[in-house]
Amino acid sequence: MIRVLRTRLGQGRRTVAYPAEAPALPDRFVGRLAVDSARCLPGCRDCAEVCPTDAISPRSEEIQTRVDLGRCVFCAECIRACPEAAVTATRDHRMAARRREDLLVGDESLRLAEALDARLKKLLGRSLKLRQVSAGGCNACEADVNVLNTVVFDLGRFGIQFVASPRHADGLLITGPVTHNMDLALRKTYEAVPEPRIVIAVGACAISGGPYEGHPEVLNGATAVVPVDLYVPGCPPHPYTILDGLLRLIGRIDTPRR
Amino acid sequence: MSQTIPTITPNGGVLPLDEIPRLPVQDFREFLIRRVRSGGRVVALFAAPYAVPNRIRDHAWGAAPHENDQARLFAVLADGKPPTLLVASSVVGGEYSSITPECPQVHMFEREIAEQFGITPLGHPWLKPVRFQPPCPGREGLSRHESGGKALPAASSFFSVEGEEVHEVAVGPVHAGIIEPGHFRFQCHGETVFHLEIALGFQHRGVERAVIGGPNNRTPLLMETLAGDTTIGHATAYAQAIEALCGCTPSPRARMIRAIALELERIANHVGDLGALANDIGFLPPAAYFGRLRGDFLNLTAALCGNRFGRGLVRPGGVRFDLEPDRVSSMLGAFRLAMEDVHQVGPLLWKSHLVTDRFNGTGVVSREQAVELGLVGLAARACGLERDVRREFASGFYADAQAPCHTWPTGDVFARAHVRWLEIEQSAQFIENHLQRLSDGATPVPLGALAPSSCAISLVEGWRGEICHVAITDTQSRLSRYKIVDPSFHNWTGLALALRGQQISDFPLCNKSFNLSYCGHDL
Repeated sequence: MIRVLRTRLGQGRRTVAYPAEAPALPDRFVGRLAVDSARCLPGCRDCAEVCPTDAISPRSEEIQTRVDLGRCVFCAECIRACPEAAVTATRDHRMAARRREDLLVGDESLRLAEALDARLKKLLGRSLKLRQVSAGGCNACEADVNVLNTVVFDLGRFGIQFVASPRHADGLLITGPVTHNMDLALRKTYEAVPEPRIVIAVGACAISGGPYEGHPEVLNGATAVVPVDLYVPGCPPHPYTILDGLLRLIGRIDTPRR
Repeated sequence: MSQTIPTITPNGGVLPLDEIPRLPVQDFREFLIRRVRSGGRVVALFAAPYAVPNRIRDHAWGAAPHENDQARLFAVLADGKPPTLLVASSVVGGEYSSITPECPQVHMFEREIAEQFGITPLGHPWLKPVRFQPPCPGREGLSRHESGGKALPAASSFFSVEGEEVHEVAVGPVHAGIIEPGHFRFQCHGETVFHLEIALGFQHRGVERAVIGGPNNRTPLLMETLAGDTTIGHATAYAQAIEALCGCTPSPRARMIRAIALELERIANHVGDLGALANDIGFLPPAAYFGRLRGDFLNLTAALCGNRFGRGLVRPGGVRFDLEPDRVSSMLGAFRLAMEDVHQVGPLLWKSHLVTDRFNGTGVVSREQAVELGLVGLAARACGLERDVRREFASGFYADAQAPCHTWPTGDVFARAHVRWLEIEQSAQFIENHLQRLSDGATPVPLGALAPSSCAISLVEGWRGEICHVAITDTQSRLSRYKIVDPSFHNWTGLALALRGQQISDFPLCNKSFNLSYCGHDL
């Protein structure tokens, strides 16, 4: 017992002050990508050719250069390949969105997630219970969702908790590209959640299929099976990116409505 | 047995396909059985498409088979003392006599061959699909026959025990925690587990099939996401295989950075597992501290390459990020602080009666069982077996660094926890020793073309154990077969055996003590 207490004192308080204070991220962290199509050379496709997940479409006569953060794995190959620095990486971890099309980043930055509507916010804003389902995920998204439960992020202080049964949950948090072999289990889990229920798709796989997009063994993301209320991009998303998205959804971080 | 001697290859070696002996199937079978009986171990056993010679056509998974097409079985064995890698092959038709009854450690491999290529190992005692995946096109795999075409692992037939007081418990695929899906079917008598059958495949996303015809832009991503917590391990195994086929050697500096990242990955996972084990016995202080510390080690990997799991660090030819002197000193500072905390928290576990009571004697796998099943890595070392790629088949930077191999004889949860602790210390020492003494060398080196019609074998000791990648190229230097063996593929059966005679309530603790990969198994 003495040893436990002594260690407790030695370990101290480790919870971060987020969202009051900005997170400390490593200098090589690749955050939200930014695009400046005006710099693109006519006909240049260097970025698209190196992209492993077809996440970037270069400027043509009709459209600006656009990055789909829902497909992007943040490998930064496009940034290395671009001769004109038309694509750059910010160190901004915030990129969760409510609508799939909001993840398309052109010359304008992306539209961050707004809070749930008034009725749902009243119901879930102060107590959100989630059931996590991994449907083909590689365990990286799962691990960085799990880390929110550690003393560092202490998700419980925001009233958000992961629960053991869909019957106890207000919604699902889905990772992975949704394999055919998990299709039925995911549907059943969703149906077991009482209404009203929400769905959060975490990671490139759950949004678009990610590295597995187009494989006949997968369904290219959660939207193939269930409606999605929040998309959190990344491969895997940084824990701060996931936390930011969750807090915006429940209205703990304000996103000005446009 | 014929006079043909199977070919010997080093780890990271490449062999022309023609030089790998094609034994008659009976000799191939005898070769495996005899070698394993005399102390050998099956590293990999798999099938690849094989077109009849003299027909000019590419033969790969995905190409429609010709009626005369056959399959070629490849076996990679670790044999002898010190061990060497032996490779042999055999061309087979639709069936052959199963090797499993006389050599149990190939039981999953033979099921996989039957599932992927529709080749029946006659007399296999438990022939059912491994992942419920679509078979190689044009071939009829096993999955189709199970569960009436609806390939759902949990709906297949299970080994069952009958009797008045025997009952069955089914768990999964969706579990209570934030973990991956798998189905566990227990045959119980009261609280006691008679038998556990583990049905996986829920995570199958077609990686082996998708890399055929490559490599391309996406291949490294598929390798890094084989098992997200083993990003560095699998990416290094892949890089080593491609480098072997290209005949290129990365710089000593790149090999060193890979080794440092691999050891960081090992520490992060081992520390996290010790926390999770504490959590499973309801001992929350170390669970909280180790849970946090795991993140500190992931953040060190992020300091190196920007990503907490090491995505984008390892690529064929070298590494994409260098370590400047400033970065080395800031990483070393953070590393030492984290290790101080590990040393402060460790005694909480090792000096607690609660831990002794719950860990000792729980989930025992005997040394004999471990040998018979061909367990690898941590799980094997916890049964007293000195199995470690870093020592047995040292490649990359490890070829220059003598690594000790920590074992513990008891084969229980305690042994698997304690070996983790010893390895944390060992890896910490490795990082301390090498982070400040980085070799020179440009990173990365340019890659040449892949050798055509060749086979490269690459082993890496990931934090769970031996990762094996075998890359085979066609006449056009494209990948025609890429076999991946995650350590979990060998070790899941070890978990099933550890549960025999245990209380069913000890399952979470036993499961966590192995902490095997679902996605690494399911591919």
